[in-house]
Amino acid sequence: MESETQEFTITAYTENHVGLLHRLTIIFTKRKINIESLTTSESETEGIYRFTIAVTETEEQVIKVVKQIEKQVEVFKADYYTKKGVVQQELALYKIPTASLTNGIEVERIVREHNARFLTIEQNFVVIEKSGYKRETKALFDELKPFGINEFVRSGRVAVSRQKNGIGKDVEKILAKAAV
Amino acid sequence: MGTVEAPEQTSKTITKTTKRMTGAEALVQILLQENVNMAFGYPGGAIMPVYDALYDHQDTVHHVLARHEQGAIHMAQGYARASGKVGVCLATSGPGATNLITGIADAQIDSTPLVCITGQVNSSLLGSDAFQECDVLGISMPVTKWNYQVTSADEIPEALAKAFYLARSGRPGPVVIDITKDAQFEEFDFEYEKCISLRSYAPKPKLDHSKVEEAAELINNAKRPYVLFGQGVILAHAEKEFKQFIEKTGIPSAWTILGLSALETDHPLNVGMLGMHGNYGPNLLTNECDVLIAIGMRFDDRVTGNLSKYAKQAKVIHLEIDPAEIDKNVPADVPVLGDAKESLTELIKLVKPNSHEDWLQQFRDCDKQEWDKVIEEELHPSSDVLSMGEVIRIINEKTNDDHILVTDVGQHQMVACRYTNFSRSKSNITSGGLGTMGFGLPAGIGAALGAPDRTVVAVVGDGGLQMTIQELATIYQTKAKVKVLLLNNEFLGMVRQWQQLFFEKRYSSTELINPDFQQLAKGFYIETAKVTERENLDQAIEEFINYDGAYFLEVRVGKENNVFPMVPSGSGVAEIRLE
Repeated sequence: MESETQEFTITAYTENHVGLLHRLTIIFTKRKINIESLTTSESETEGIYRFTIAVTETEEQVIKVVKQIEKQVEVFKADYYTKKGVVQQELALYKIPTASLTNGIEVERIVREHNARFLTIEQNFVVIEKSGYKRETKALFDELKPFGINEFVRSGRVAVSRQKNGIGKDVEKILAKAAV
Repeated sequence: MGTVEAPEQTSKTITKTTKRMTGAEALVQILLQENVNMAFGYPGGAIMPVYDALYDHQDTVHHVLARHEQGAIHMAQGYARASGKVGVCLATSGPGATNLITGIADAQIDSTPLVCITGQVNSSLLGSDAFQECDVLGISMPVTKWNYQVTSADEIPEALAKAFYLARSGRPGPVVIDITKDAQFEEFDFEYEKCISLRSYAPKPKLDHSKVEEAAELINNAKRPYVLFGQGVILAHAEKEFKQFIEKTGIPSAWTILGLSALETDHPLNVGMLGMHGNYGPNLLTNECDVLIAIGMRFDDRVTGNLSKYAKQAKVIHLEIDPAEIDKNVPADVPVLGDAKESLTELIKLVKPNSHEDWLQQFRDCDKQEWDKVIEEELHPSSDVLSMGEVIRIINEKTNDDHILVTDVGQHQMVACRYTNFSRSKSNITSGGLGTMGFGLPAGIGAALGAPDRTVVAVVGDGGLQMTIQELATIYQTKAKVKVLLLNNEFLGMVRQWQQLFFEKRYSSTELINPDFQQLAKGFYIETAKVTERENLDQAIEEFINYDGAYFLEVRVGKENNVFPMVPSGSGVAEIRLE
C-alpha cells in the first residue's frame, strides 16, 4: 500500500441529519487531517445526501477514515477514490471591474480561450464563471489578475466515480431492503 | 405499566392508541417500557420537569441521587457492566451535562451501553448564551455513538427509542439525548414503539462463511496457535461458545483487561493477562505463535506495545463486530466480521479437535519464571511491608473467587486484575481504554445496585478515591452494599513508578499528603477499619467481606512498591521486564 500522501476523494451517502457534518469532520480533526474541501448535496436518490470530501493523505490513513465515516449511524456507505478514479470538477467565480472590459478585447479573449463565461455584467463589475480542475481555474485566475480581481471564490470539489455504478447502487439496495 | 390507553375522543388518529401527557411524563413512560427500573443522576433547572415526573414513579423507576454528575455516570457504567442492561443517566444543562463528559468518553472507548438524558435551556433561548446553556450536542459528539437534541415533545418517543436501540445493539456505546425544557413541559399525544432497526445502520455485519473457512484452515494447520480475547466475548454473550472453541482446539488463551472474567481464571487454557503489566508468557510468546486469533478485542496500544515489533511472524485472524477495528492497528490476514457468538458457533463446527501440550508448556515455563521473580513475593511478601497482591489474594479466599471486582486506575488496578480469581463472567468492571481515575468508587456503587445478589468489591487507590470521594454520601443514602477497599500507598503510585524508572526518581507532584480516611468514612456513616500490620489483615478482610452492608477498609501498603512485569513504553511485547 502506498504510504506516500496523494489526493483522494471520499464520498459518503447519508441521511439528512442535523449535526452529521460535525460528526464527520471530527473524524478528520481527531487525526489532524486537513479537509481541503467538503461539499454536500442531495444524491441521485431522493432524501439521501452525499458528502464529497477532498483530502491529501496516505491511502492507509484514508481507508481508516472511510471506515470511521461508515461507522456513523446515519451513514449508509462510504468509499474513497484516487485522482484517476473520479471525474471531478470545481466551480470558480471571478469578479473584475467592468472598466477592464472597456479597455480592449483582452479579457473577452481570455474568457473564451479558457472556456469560461460571463455570468453577469453590471455597471461596476462583471462576474466570470469557470468550471474545471483546480489548475484550470487557477490558470484563469493568473491571467485575469493583471486586470484586477475584486473577488474570487472556488467551490469544493464535486466528483463522480468512474465505475458504472458508484456506491449509490449499494445504498439503493439497502433502501429497498429496509422498505420491505 | 399502563402506558397505552384507549384512544382519546378528540384524537384525529383514531386508529392509534395515544394518551395526552407532557414530554417529561412521556420520558418516564418510555423508561418503563424499556425496562429501566433504575436511573442515576443529579437534578437542576433545565431537567426539573423530568424529575417532577419521576416523583410519581418512585416505586418503579428508582432514582439514585449522586453527589456529582461524574459520579452518576460512572455509577450508570458500573450498573450497565454488572447487569448487562443499558445504564441511564440524567443531568441538567450546562455544567450538569459537561460533568458527564468524562464518563461518556469512558463508555465510548469501553463500549458500555448508556443513555444519557440532559436537560437543555428553552428552545427559544438556544444560541443566546442563556444561563446554564452549553452546546451539549457539539461537546458530546466526539465521544458518543449517537446524539440528538429534542426541541418539541413529539420528538421524544422516536429519539428515545433510537437511543436505547443504538446504545445496546451492535458494538454498544453511549448515546446522549438533549431535551429542551419547553419540550419537557409541552403536552402531546404520546405513543411509543420500540426501535428495532434503522435503515442506515448495520449493527451486526453479515458473517462471511468463506472467512470462517479460511480461519478454520489456518487454525487446523497451526503449530502454535494463540487466542487473545476481549470484551467482545462478554458483550456478545459468547462465553460458552468461546470456551467450547478453545477446549476443542486446545489453544492457550490470554485476556485483555476488559475480556477478564469471560473465562474462569483456573481454566487450564487461561494463560493470563496481556499488555503492559500483563503476564510474562502471554506477552513474550505473542512473538512465538504462528497463528494469532484475536476475538472481540481491538489491539489497544497497551496490549501491543510497539506495533513494529508485534507478532510479525504470525498469521492474524481477527473476529470482530466493528469493521473499523479491522486493520486499524494490526493487519488481519483473515478478518471474520460478525458477532462473536455467531462467528464462534460457525468456527467450532470447522475446527479439528487438537491439543498443543508442548506449546502450552512454554506458557507454564514462563509462569514459573514469573512466579519466582514477581508473583511469589507479591502474594506472599518476605518483607514486613504489606503488598497489594497479598490483599487481593486474601479477598479471593474470602469470597471463594466469586465476587465482582471493580477497580479504579493505576497500580492497584493492575495488581487487582492480575491476581483476582474469577469464576464467572461480567465480574470485572474497570476503566480500560480511557483510564479514568475516580471511576472505581461510583462504578462500584452502580455495580452493587445492578447486581444486588453479588458481593461487589471496589478496589481503589488513594489518588483515584479522592477524585470522586463525595460519592461515599451516595453509599450512605442508597445503602448500596459495596465493599470499598482502599489500597493506600500515599502516592500516585503508577506515575511514581514511571518517575522512578524513567525520570530519575524525580517524584514531581506524586506524593499525597492524605486526609484521615477513617474519619472521613465515619463522617459518611460507613462502617470502616484500617489495617497497617499483616497480623490483622486476614481477620479484617473476613469482616469486610462478611459484613452485611457497605464497608470501607483501608490497607496501608508499601509506599514505593512497583508493578511488574512491565513492557516499557515504546518497547515490543517480547521486551517485557520481570524486574
